Amino acid sequence: MLKKIIKFYTEGFRGMTVGRSLWAIIIVKLVIIFGILKLFFFPDILSTNYSNDADRASAVREKLK
Amino acid sequence: MNDLLSLVDWSRAQFALTAMYHWLFVPLTIGLSIIIAVMETIYYRTGEERWKGITKFWMTLFGINFACGVATGLILEFEFGTNWSNYSWFVGDIFGAPLAIEGILAFFMESTFVAVMFFGWNKVSRGFHLASTWLVALGVSLSALWILVANAWMQNPVGMEFDAAQMRNVMDDFGAVVFNGVAMNKFFHTVMSGWCLGGVFVVGVSCWLLLRNRNVEAAKSSLRIGAAVGLIGILFTMWTGHGSAKEVARVQPMKLAAMEGLYNGGNGVKLTAVGIMKPNAHLTPDDPMLFAVDIPSGLSYLINARGDSYVPGVNDLIAGRAADADGNMVQTLSYEQRMERGRVAREALGAYGAAQKDGDQTSMASAADTIKANFANFGYGYLQSPQDAVPPVALTFYAFHLMVAAGGALLVVLAAMLFLSWKNSKWLANKLVLWVGMLSIALVWICSEAGWVVAEVGRQPWVIQNLMPTNAAISGVESGSVQFTFWLFAVLFTGLLVAEISIMLRFLGSASKTNIEKH
Repeated sequence: MLKKIIKFYTEGFRGMTVGRSLWAIIIVKLVIIFGILKLFFFPDILSTNYSNDADRASAVREKLK
Repeated sequence: MNDLLSLVDWSRAQFALTAMYHWLFVPLTIGLSIIIAVMETIYYRTGEERWKGITKFWMTLFGINFACGVATGLILEFEFGTNWSNYSWFVGDIFGAPLAIEGILAFFMESTFVAVMFFGWNKVSRGFHLASTWLVALGVSLSALWILVANAWMQNPVGMEFDAAQMRNVMDDFGAVVFNGVAMNKFFHTVMSGWCLGGVFVVGVSCWLLLRNRNVEAAKSSLRIGAAVGLIGILFTMWTGHGSAKEVARVQPMKLAAMEGLYNGGNGVKLTAVGIMKPNAHLTPDDPMLFAVDIPSGLSYLINARGDSYVPGVNDLIAGRAADADGNMVQTLSYEQRMERGRVAREALGAYGAAQKDGDQTSMASAADTIKANFANFGYGYLQSPQDAVPPVALTFYAFHLMVAAGGALLVVLAAMLFLSWKNSKWLANKLVLWVGMLSIALVWICSEAGWVVAEVGRQPWVIQNLMPTNAAISGVESGSVQFTFWLFAVLFTGLLVAEISIMLRFLGSASKTNIEKH
């Protein structure tokens, strides 16, 4: 079953024409999104700066009070 | 203060840019998925090989758009965590749950069956392939459902209770979050607008093929399906749009006032069909229009099905005059009073934090009760003046009227195209008719984006209606870094858009010279 699924995908990718450049776009895009943007520019502020939910709640309360 | 304004403005601009670019791809995915499912169903039922070729042709265009658009929405989620961390925490799992369901259920369903749809021709049975194509269409719509449920909650926060200890809202009624009128109208309005957009896209490309005299029979067949799906889409979009407007009148009356440029409301309020607002319209609230074509009592009738019913304007709402469910005027809290209650809730929030540090359970309980009693107006506590609760009226007014006018034009174009293709009319060889079909592609995207401008600009200053304005939702990040990533996104998304258009044009140029029906 697993072999059949792998063969299905392998043959599908091999038979692609327009799809090859599309996969290139998808891969480059995902690398940019996760490898550059998420890593260097978009940290989760509260997860990064505080170690537990109680501290995160206190931090937000301080800002919103 | 200026730094905060700059940060809020840049963060909003970045979110708007990302969302608007994302929305260039999404409705085409929604619309084309249903159209190729219809086309493949015809192939399945008739067994005519030409329909298989036609289906594969449009499926390739679907694939190009899917590839360019996929994952662009993820960036919005990054922005929540970085630029809008107060908001992200405050909304708790109410926002997270629908997005998680979207990610796990709908996206994986969509992705799995997309593979069968593209790779499965002649490898799986015709029935299984058709089922996969329909499941992709269903998955796309389910994805949209959960995103729109999350968005609708921001416009109409229901089914939750604020927990001062966790400092976030906790969902207590999943059914209310998903099945409230705002969410349901928003979902059907948006998905149906996607059908309309997909239909117009197919009509426009088919017109291009006819103009080039290439694959004429395939183009006419496609045009008929595109026009039919598009027409169903625009009719349901209009119907659900009316439902949405009634919901807006109920839960966001200030947005409705902005959509109509209505400063002073009353009984028997007219509907402005076409109009140009005065530059300082708020200074002449009784006569805010330079020029207008009005329908007497139209707005009152549309909202309450009664020509003499009450519809409040911007100034009425600030003074606390609202409409009840039957369209009668009722006196509620003025915005000054709401601001006062919001400030009481904020002070109680501070008191709760102090009591928590001291371990004073009694004071914590008392503060929590005060917050609960005033929570409905919590966000007003961050406003400096009642005018801060007024959205950009002119932008909302023009976006709304542009959307309605474009929608009306699309209805006419789609109905005409369906009629002409059904009759196989000679007019389908007329250059002007074909150019109208092609140019409608631009119009439908303008219409679709304008709809989101109405929805999102019209609800300002709220990121969560009445509970949190944008200036409270923001993180303490550097304005400069938001500016930098704004331009980074502008370049990235423009690149994606150029890639999509150029790959599509290249494909259309080469595929149209071959026999589409024999692909």
